[in-house]
Amino acid sequence: MKLLFENRLFEPAEALPRDTLRALQAERLAATVDRVLKVPLYRDALRSGGVSSRSIRSVDDLRRLPFTAKEDLRQHYPLGLLAVPRAEVARIHGSSGTTGRPTFVAYTRRDLDTWASLVARFLTAGGLMPEHTVHVAFGYGLFTGGFGLHYGIEKVGAAVVPAAGGNTPRQVQLIQDLGAQVLVCTPSYALHIGEVARAQGLSPEEITLRFGHFGAEPWTEELRDEIERTLGIMAFNNYGLSEIIGPGVSGECLHRNGMHVAEDHFLVECVDPETLEPLKDGEVGELVFTTLTKEAMPLLRYRTRDLASLDRSPCPCGRTGARMSRVRGRSDDMLIVRGVNVFPSQIEEALLRAEGTAPHYLIEVSRPGALDEAVVKVEVRPGDFRDEMRQMVELRDRIDREIHAVTGIRMTVELVAPNTLERSTGKAKRVLDHRKLSG
Amino acid sequence: MKIRQLSLFLENRPGQLRIPCKILGEAGIDVLTMSLADTQQFGILRLVVKDWEKAKAALEAQGVVVNVTEVLAVDVPDRPGGLAQVLEGFEKANLGVEYMYPFARGPYATLLFRVEDPDRAERILAEHGVPLVPAAELLARTAR
Repeated sequence: MKLLFENRLFEPAEALPRDTLRALQAERLAATVDRVLKVPLYRDALRSGGVSSRSIRSVDDLRRLPFTAKEDLRQHYPLGLLAVPRAEVARIHGSSGTTGRPTFVAYTRRDLDTWASLVARFLTAGGLMPEHTVHVAFGYGLFTGGFGLHYGIEKVGAAVVPAAGGNTPRQVQLIQDLGAQVLVCTPSYALHIGEVARAQGLSPEEITLRFGHFGAEPWTEELRDEIERTLGIMAFNNYGLSEIIGPGVSGECLHRNGMHVAEDHFLVECVDPETLEPLKDGEVGELVFTTLTKEAMPLLRYRTRDLASLDRSPCPCGRTGARMSRVRGRSDDMLIVRGVNVFPSQIEEALLRAEGTAPHYLIEVSRPGALDEAVVKVEVRPGDFRDEMRQMVELRDRIDREIHAVTGIRMTVELVAPNTLERSTGKAKRVLDHRKLSG
Repeated sequence: MKIRQLSLFLENRPGQLRIPCKILGEAGIDVLTMSLADTQQFGILRLVVKDWEKAKAALEAQGVVVNVTEVLAVDVPDRPGGLAQVLEGFEKANLGVEYMYPFARGPYATLLFRVEDPDRAERILAEHGVPLVPAAELLARTAR
């Protein structure tokens, strides 16, 4: 490890005593309940439940509020959950990946400022100083990764190199020529950059990078070790989702024993995904977030579908925000492949478009090297089998194109014989994830 | 005059070719000739057998996907330029060849052709001097 640095807070709010924090949360939750009355979805639910801001006396009253799901955003496409006049919207982002049915999120000027501060918090916790140069290899666009990190880095006062994605050898050259000390991207891309640098003959000592902030996809301690060895850096994990704000919902401090949730801005719950009952600290369940300060699109009890556990015990760094574990999986069957969200339903849609009907299929994801590889095995239906190779290859290419059109990423399509994919008695097994994410 | 051929879908992994061969063997079906076309991920096995209906039933009973197609058998003169002469007939008849493979029995140099339009081909190839072999005669040649 090249770097040892001091623990520094970006702002004092990160270390509020927990009772002060709880009082602040209650106050902000009541204000949020007032704000969401402008959103028809919430107004109806709150009125029928007889809940108003006056009924919120402590954070425990959160239980009286309704849950929100991704489906609610889809049903109110594009911006039906806005709680401010459209004129006050300063930016719009989209959920990462899915090109089929995007969901949009909106920010007011003040939301953007809050967001930048929250990103600045985890960057500072992970050693970023104003004199550093940060290489951002996240995509810039509707995806919250690029712009989210960009403005957070500026908030700290460091220099940004907005390299965006693609052309890895050039990324390595930019890092070396401009002397970036910090790398920001997905963990799998970080490893890929490291491998390309090594192939160019650069040793970890020669690489200018000293630490990295990685997120937007689940990863493991093993991958962290590998990234640190390959690039000669210290690697930090951060977490976020566009619906809540984007990156900045939580991030690691130098102790790296969980990601501190910005609890003064988000209430976090960990619930049983089936019963929705709260779980104890340390138990793995679905994370649910309620925004406390968001203006443009406040959300009550948003179900992330991400499985993780919470730890509210004190951290030596002095931050008081609960620490969430790495994301251990999903409570739905969403896959994150190369940082892009993929649902089996999208593969179904692609097969439907390519062929007329949805045959049996299985998505197998692995990470043989640095990058995810996804293979879609599709059973050839007897009626679709043709004697001519050209037609079979065309069928495969057609499925390939449709999957790319629907998901936005390339997957390898393999045609397999009918009745060869495993049939389960209950829910069809659609996904085999060979990546180890439990570490 | 057309010959019934069975086409089978095969995944490209070890043991896949043996499965249909074993099924046919157990059903007592004699394979007269075969050809294998392959890509990186899958293959198509084409078979001409003595009793195609029985073979198809046996394969399908075991879950093998079978597609029945018609091919034409042509006796090719066994001398230099023999195949060129036959193909000239195809060209004159304006017929595209999808694929072809040999029928390996008997004293003749027989090739099986899959063409774009087997019905039209059957009607007009003879007019262009291409010697087609009827199915019955082909099978008779394989009698032991």
